[in-house]
Amino acid sequence: MSTPHEPGAQAPAQQASSATHSALHSRRAFLFKLSLLLNGAVGAVLAVPILGYIFGPALRKSSSYNAWVSLGPVGNFPEGETRLADYLNTVSTVSDGMTDKVACWVRHIEGGKFQVFAINCAHLGCPVRWFAQSRLFLCPCHGGAYYEDGARASGPPERGLFEYEYTIAGDTLMIHAGAMPTLATQACVKKPLIQIEQTPVDVANGKPAAERSTAWPA
Amino acid sequence: MASMKPNKPSAVHSAYAWFERRLGLAKPLMEAAQHPTPERSASWWYVFGSAATVLLTLQVVTGILLALVYTPSAAEAWSSLQFLNHNVTLGWFLRAMHGWGSDFMIAIVLIHLVQVFMFGAYKFPRELTWIVGVFLLVLTLGMAFTGQVLRFDQDAYWGLGIGASIVSRVPWLGGPLVRLMLGGPIIAGPTLSRFFTLHVFVIPGILLALVGLHIWMVLRLGINEWPMPGRIVSKATYEHEYHEQTAKAGIPFVPDAAWKDAVFAAAIILAVMACAALLGPIGPSGQPDPTIIQTAPKPDFAFLWIYAVLAYLPADLETPFLFIAPVVVIGAMLLLPLVAGEGEKHWSRRPVAVLMVAIIAVTLGVFTQLGTYVPWSPVMDAWSGDPIPVTYLEHRTPLERQGALVFQNKQCRDCHSLGGVGGMRGPALDSIATRMTEDEMIRQVLQGGGNMPAYGNALNPAETRALVAFLKTLHGKDLAPAVNASRDLEHATAMHVAASPVTSRTQ
Repeated sequence: MSTPHEPGAQAPAQQASSATHSALHSRRAFLFKLSLLLNGAVGAVLAVPILGYIFGPALRKSSSYNAWVSLGPVGNFPEGETRLADYLNTVSTVSDGMTDKVACWVRHIEGGKFQVFAINCAHLGCPVRWFAQSRLFLCPCHGGAYYEDGARASGPPERGLFEYEYTIAGDTLMIHAGAMPTLATQACVKKPLIQIEQTPVDVANGKPAAERSTAWPA
Repeated sequence: MASMKPNKPSAVHSAYAWFERRLGLAKPLMEAAQHPTPERSASWWYVFGSAATVLLTLQVVTGILLALVYTPSAAEAWSSLQFLNHNVTLGWFLRAMHGWGSDFMIAIVLIHLVQVFMFGAYKFPRELTWIVGVFLLVLTLGMAFTGQVLRFDQDAYWGLGIGASIVSRVPWLGGPLVRLMLGGPIIAGPTLSRFFTLHVFVIPGILLALVGLHIWMVLRLGINEWPMPGRIVSKATYEHEYHEQTAKAGIPFVPDAAWKDAVFAAAIILAVMACAALLGPIGPSGQPDPTIIQTAPKPDFAFLWIYAVLAYLPADLETPFLFIAPVVVIGAMLLLPLVAGEGEKHWSRRPVAVLMVAIIAVTLGVFTQLGTYVPWSPVMDAWSGDPIPVTYLEHRTPLERQGALVFQNKQCRDCHSLGGVGGMRGPALDSIATRMTEDEMIRQVLQGGGNMPAYGNALNPAETRALVAFLKTLHGKDLAPAVNASRDLEHATAMHVAASPVTSRTQ
């Protein structure tokens, strides 16, 4: 390009070079756009495994974690008492340490009738504690209170305690557990699995319809 | 440099020139450092932004140093913090610096926010600087929350439970979001790993990038001038006026204004060090064993107000409030400069702004204060094991004494105080007999109501009778117990009817 030209020939040569240049530019700009498109496509393909990896746990159904786990012999839970129990969760990983253990409250009503409550308050998941004398579960975080059958007594929870499904296999009390019980897994509208004395349940709002002494606005 | 002879450049100068020829950074950096600043803005009121940046740097440095020992595994995190506290030379101090540094950073960021708001610095052309700042606030709080999780003690474990329970309330997506947050079905190893990744990689990455953008805009648009009542911001004239003012009466940021920032930064770092040395590291509390439930989980200071709000919201309002309020608050903050980008900057001409800051500050302060002593929580270590104070047994009949026993044994004091001892969930009962009659007490105890559970199933008739007999003796020193006037009236009417049967029949 730096070759000297005769002055007369310079202008057309420049024109020709500029035409070639602009053709080349248009071609390069097109190729650049094409390369963006290509990278967009590669990015989209790349996103599949990355998003799958991140959202893996979210895509799995909560119920797929559930399995029957043992809470030990029925004899550990005397009739008429409510006792703390714990179990190893159905799913655990190498780095769990002691967090793969889960606590729950077992109420032995009579004979083969039990209630197994989640440790997590239905308000915000704090660990509720059983007070045998006042026959209440109390939550230390915001003061949620539940009766011995798990029904809401007072405080901020909008429903009773979460309950596990249970069965007695031979001499062992088994519960169906796996995922942390929350309002998403056991919503208000869901009928509690067990109700003592078969109290009719108002399915519309999930609260026991039988007269409770909490009929007053709390 | 001034003393150097231009003909014989020293070794230092030629080395500098060698690098500068290749880097080309010194000139733009000097220009940035010496950018003209409005003279009155070289004020102690304008030091909080740089202090927040200095604290962020401190957090990055101490965070990297803690990562030398901290083990981000649910099995070992808690023990590695114990190891840092007790076995690593000055490990406790580094932990304390990081912990107190985070509290200071939240405080300084909030002060910076209020200062910028009160001085109208968010107005044209600094709207985007404010908007980025709102994201920086959210990210700072995100760092505080995720950092509290990395402590992985009992508070962190149950705090995650609270987080998961809040997320579970999201309509339709609640379940998947809980599993996304926890990394599985329960709070366990993958949960800590996720929060570690957020705290160490994701949030700091975004935070540093946005801080860069924030400072870039401060340099590009200039430091806010000192607001004057009556000086109105107008998009048509502001930039011209600002540049005229700074060109005429501006001072170079370094060194004329920056010395105050530097002094304040040093004071803040010293304050963090003093807190760290005197008050020590924050936690860890009990080990994260989900089967140890004798715990009353509580969030860190910055989140106590949320903890308190969650105790007072009515059940029906809670879920809508949890998801609508943050959107409204953050949305309002983001829209503020776009809606109010012009007009008065001085606080004395913006009474609504002053009132808003006052109301928000008092509200947050009150809820935080409530969060420190949680009056809504029952006192969980029941009183049934303690002796009954003699004053509650003296001059009382056997039935009333039996009632005092029932009161103690049935854990009434978890929620009700007597003589200043007991929970604050329910009213203090020192003078209950002046407010309620016997019948009202029986009804209240058996049927509950007004946030009190019903004790009909937990008390037999004899216990109820004794309890109420005891409660009837609680009427303060010189006050008479409440009486059921209608019962007296009924009695009197009966007497009257018995005395004059004829009159009664004719009526």
